[in-house]
Amino acid sequence: MGYKGLKKVDIIFDCANCEPLEVLKKALAMTPDQIIEQIISSGLRGRGGAGFPTGLKWKLAKAEKSDVKYVICNADEGEPGTFKDREILDVVPSKVLVGMAICAYAIGAKEGFVYLRNEYNFLLKDLNPLIEKFNKNIQNLGLDFTIKMFSGSGAYICGEESALFESMEGKRGEPRNKPPYPTKIGYNGKPTVINNVETLVYCTMIIRIGVEPFKKLGTSDSRGSKVFSISGDTTKAGIYELELGIGVDEFVKEFGNGDTKAVQIGGASGFCVPRKDFKNKIIGFEGVPTGGSMMIFNSSRSMYNVLKDYLEFFAEESCGQCTPCRVGTQQLLKGIEAIKRGEKPSSYLNQLLKLTETMKVASKCGLGQSVQNSFSSIVNNFREEMIY
Amino acid sequence: MIQTKNLVKELVDKHGCSRNNLLPILQGVVADENYLTEKAMVEVAKALDLSSAEVYGTASFYSYLFTKPVGKNVIRVCKTISCKMSGKQKIVQAIEKLLKIKMGETTRDKQFTLIESNCLGWCHKGPVMLVNDDVYSEITPEKAIDIIRDLDPKHLTDF
Ligand SMILES: Cc1cc2nc3c(=O)[nH]c(=O)nc-3n(C[C@H](O)[C@H](O)[C@H](O)COP(=O)(O)O)c2cc1C
Ligand code: SF4
Ligand code: FES
Repeated sequence: MGYKGLKKVDIIFDCANCEPLEVLKKALAMTPDQIIEQIISSGLRGRGGAGFPTGLKWKLAKAEKSDVKYVICNADEGEPGTFKDREILDVVPSKVLVGMAICAYAIGAKEGFVYLRNEYNFLLKDLNPLIEKFNKNIQNLGLDFTIKMFSGSGAYICGEESALFESMEGKRGEPRNKPPYPTKIGYNGKPTVINNVETLVYCTMIIRIGVEPFKKLGTSDSRGSKVFSISGDTTKAGIYELELGIGVDEFVKEFGNGDTKAVQIGGASGFCVPRKDFKNKIIGFEGVPTGGSMMIFNSSRSMYNVLKDYLEFFAEESCGQCTPCRVGTQQLLKGIEAIKRGEKPSSYLNQLLKLTETMKVASKCGLGQSVQNSFSSIVNNFREEMIY
Repeated sequence: MIQTKNLVKELVDKHGCSRNNLLPILQGVVADENYLTEKAMVEVAKALDLSSAEVYGTASFYSYLFTKPVGKNVIRVCKTISCKMSGKQKIVQAIEKLLKIKMGETTRDKQFTLIESNCLGWCHKGPVMLVNDDVYSEITPEKAIDIIRDLDPKHLTDF
């Protein structure tokens, strides 16, 4: 494992070095295949959580024979503890739009959407006129591509790509079965590339600065850097772009306030890393993967309360479509409450752990499948706190 | 009633009458009438050639598409862990006391509804609340009270 010290990076928010439209011009002078080749060789993986290789996604969409294709920017950012996409859209929105236009040119799409979570509607005041101007500019560059905004209506599950398509089609945001994947059958049943806000900015910047400066950061499994949203017990709460592959202990040394008991990496769907493991865990796809949510907890915090908070979140946000997740999230919540009240023996925790196992294999989408991540990593590391 | 009909017509003209436009249209109704009345949902269903059950079923999925009456101003306080740790409960208590309502309720004059929300995306600056589309971060109970008073300059609400 490539263990790294902490290194701050400035790619995403760097403005001095980037005239977004110039980057688009540079991309348009390349062939679609050359662009896709560059994104593939950069090793960039999706920054929305799942970490699918971005270049490969674009390649799959390009290979589809269809007159209609779409590019969608996923700005539904709802994972507890994540706020970086909001900041990116606020500070460097043009870089996001250019990333979408580069993708459109590479795969042959004429229409694109930014799916913005409703809670971020205040951004529309600036985004709407910017997009209008941008659409004109790219037509002038000879690229037949138009971007529109689409506002969500308050449902975490709509960040899941297929639920997001359903929602854009005017339906309940209920995830679809996979396969087929969006690159084959996405929005309106057409080939669609959906990427996270941050992923799209990295695409813009890889075209701008070239593959090498990006690739030399990170590890072989986790190339480059990533934007982290840091909150909780820290005096340095905020947004930081850091090299991937850093050790959790390095992270805690920089951002903890001396009494860190645990770090929750990846939000409610992510993993809890307790103090004893800081030294042997790294932040990246080969270690603890994350969409960027980093919540820091001090000794004084009850991990029971943390877990309860996450379970309430899942129980509320489960779309209810499949039984393991709908019933499972409620049973887990009721279960830990019953143990805490002494109505169930502590051994009941083992049954609940088994239930998360079942949810992982039997749930239809990533929400139900990932409840086990936080549940088992908190319960196994803080068992006493669950009981007493 | 006529108003609702005209509003729906305007929204359908603006967004289009395909099902893909359902959410923007419903959002437009909520922006104007605070929540989706039965009448509005029936009108939307007619315009998009859907059953009203289909429109209701879709709307009821989304937490911002109210199908029950709410106040003119909707206050959403983030209740997720980072905001809990930075003191959201004190904010909630201050607002409840000011408006004389409990979490989830609407003031009698229909000016304010108070609800809790999951993470609003400002965890580094908690506690956070959203009033309609506007975000207020790093709020204190005093600030929360000022913000709400400012929204109701005529003191329609009997504070
Ligand atoms: C429950 C759930 C919620 C998700 N929410 C988001 C989100 O808010 N933003 C996002 O970019 N991806 C989210 N995803 C991941 C998307 O499904 C998808 O993988 C991602 O947008 C692809 O973009 P990327 O490859 O650039 O990361 C979510 C997935 C699940 C299962
Ligand atoms: S796993 Fe949960 S959120 Fe996903 S489809 Fe099933 S019920 Fe819905
Ligand atoms: S936890 Fe409150 S804004 Fe994220």
